[in-house]
Amino acid sequence: MMTRAWLLADDPETRMQARLGQSYRLARALSRNPLAMVGLTIIVLLLLVAAFAPWLAPYSAVQGDLANRLQPPSAAHWMGTDGLGRDILSRVIHGARITLMIVLLVAVIAAPLGLLIGTVAAYFGGWIDRILMGLTDIFLSLPRLIMALAFVAALGPGIENAVIAIAITAWPVYARIARAEVLTFRNAEFLDAIRMQGASSVRIIALHVMPLCMSSTIVRVTLDMAGIILTAAGLGFLGLGAQPPLPEWGAMISRGRSFILDQWWVATMPGFAIVIVSLGFCLFGDGLRDVLDPKQRSRG
Amino acid sequence: MTRLFLVLSFLLTLAVTFLGLLAITFVIGRVVPIDPVLAVVGDRASIETYQAARAAMGVDDPLPVQFARYVWQVIQGDLGMSVSTGRAVAEDLARVFPATLEMATLGIIIGVVIGVPMGVFAAARQGKWVDQVIRVIGLAGYAIPAFWLGLVGLVLFYAKLRWVGGPGRIDIFLDGMVPTRSGLLLVDSALDLNGEAFRSAFSHIVLPATILGFFALAYIARMTRSFMLEQLSHEYIITARVKGVPERIILWRHAFRPIRVQLITVIGLSYAGLLEGSVMIETVFSWPGIGNYLTTGLLNADMNAVLGATLVIGAVFVGINKGSDALYRFLDPRARA
Repeated sequence: MMTRAWLLADDPETRMQARLGQSYRLARALSRNPLAMVGLTIIVLLLLVAAFAPWLAPYSAVQGDLANRLQPPSAAHWMGTDGLGRDILSRVIHGARITLMIVLLVAVIAAPLGLLIGTVAAYFGGWIDRILMGLTDIFLSLPRLIMALAFVAALGPGIENAVIAIAITAWPVYARIARAEVLTFRNAEFLDAIRMQGASSVRIIALHVMPLCMSSTIVRVTLDMAGIILTAAGLGFLGLGAQPPLPEWGAMISRGRSFILDQWWVATMPGFAIVIVSLGFCLFGDGLRDVLDPKQRSRG
Repeated sequence: MTRLFLVLSFLLTLAVTFLGLLAITFVIGRVVPIDPVLAVVGDRASIETYQAARAAMGVDDPLPVQFARYVWQVIQGDLGMSVSTGRAVAEDLARVFPATLEMATLGIIIGVVIGVPMGVFAAARQGKWVDQVIRVIGLAGYAIPAFWLGLVGLVLFYAKLRWVGGPGRIDIFLDGMVPTRSGLLLVDSALDLNGEAFRSAFSHIVLPATILGFFALAYIARMTRSFMLEQLSHEYIITARVKGVPERIILWRHAFRPIRVQLITVIGLSYAGLLEGSVMIETVFSWPGIGNYLTTGLLNADMNAVLGATLVIGAVFVGINKGSDALYRFLDPRARA
């Protein structure tokens, strides 16, 4: 039975009951924050739009109708058409897939990398800590966008390279956070107990240290999502990210630049999508931080 | 003794960070899938010419030796030749940097002059509408792409309303009419007592600088607000209130004074951020600064230009960053512990 009382029991009988109860408490706290729910709604919408893009889009994202180029927003084309007569709304809808893919790939590469470096540095301490954190600090004090630009310049334009470049510049924050987290329980007795049972360092870090850093890392990743989206769009805008005819939002804005003074909708419409999605991640991240990580809650 | 130690450790971290920056640009330069020798001699060169150039450029030396040579060249101000302009990259950068400096400086002035009072008022009226406005602006600063805001601004204020000048630094017919003294067009045209040029330069810079200023403002106002709230929760503020000190004096003289030092770091950080953000804004506004130089280099596969610009922006960024941090430690006795 999954009743409320069972979920909120003070003395859970199984590990599963405790975990479910904790998730329930979290979800309840989150649902009391209206802004976080707005953010969550935007993210869920993004997921749905990305999943059902071919069915939702009224026209093709790549095939245009040259007779209908540069049409202003109308009932037939809600966001108008671009220089090749393609329906902008359909392209924005398909672009949700690209944005989601970039964001997820960066998170999947950068977060574990930062987590690994941060936990290893804090767990071993000494010279390993000093070298790893020195490296982290150097990366942290460099301008992220410029570094990503330089990396893409070296690797060559393209969506995969843009992801790699953004990930290279994104990990240091997670390393710092993970290290700070581990330092608080580095000398705890439960770690001694595991060690005396004969667990190896690899096992301790992977199974006992890293999981404890998960919540602060997840919060930080969610908060960083907006920045990642903006950087990816910026690279696309400069022609270094997704290549045509891919309907990436930043690249679409860039293509619309040549018509900006007379056909304003070509460049501005995809921008609204970027703003709404980034805002969604910002709002949800803020709410998540307040729930998961009350220590870091901004004052007031 | 401790102060000397602080200075030394500051210089050491600064040197290590610069070395790290150099290492990254060096690695990027090596990763590029272009044969650097081929780029110099061209693909029609004979094999002998190629071999001779290869030996002269030291491409076959061990990597540490090449890195040491690279660092030595950079220290001497040699950033290589630009393929697209045909000039030394260092020379090009010195020419375009003032344009960026002018825009970013105007941006940070806008950000500080509006952002700091906004943050103070938001803290004083926590939860009221001023506070909500700051919150929305802060979020917008995180969620809106700068290049998109630039384009929207151009459509609105240049194309539709005709309030500001379009892309570029000055109207075309005035281009080159102002003698270069500082490289800052506003300053130069004012020194030249050329009212027409000054008005034109101002109408061109005001939109990009305001957009940069908006992003600085979003961050500065939010940080000022949270510093102020922290101060206002202290007991000495309650004492002052109980004594009947007017609220305006409590805000500005009691609560604001101690946070000025913290604000230096915040302002330094956002100034450095503006230099970085100018890359996007300059591209949108065809502003002939270092960001435009960098993106033009990217499109022309001009690697020396890209790495040189990256190095200079990175160095200025690191310098401002670490400098404001050190200043904070120097000014605030609490941070020295």
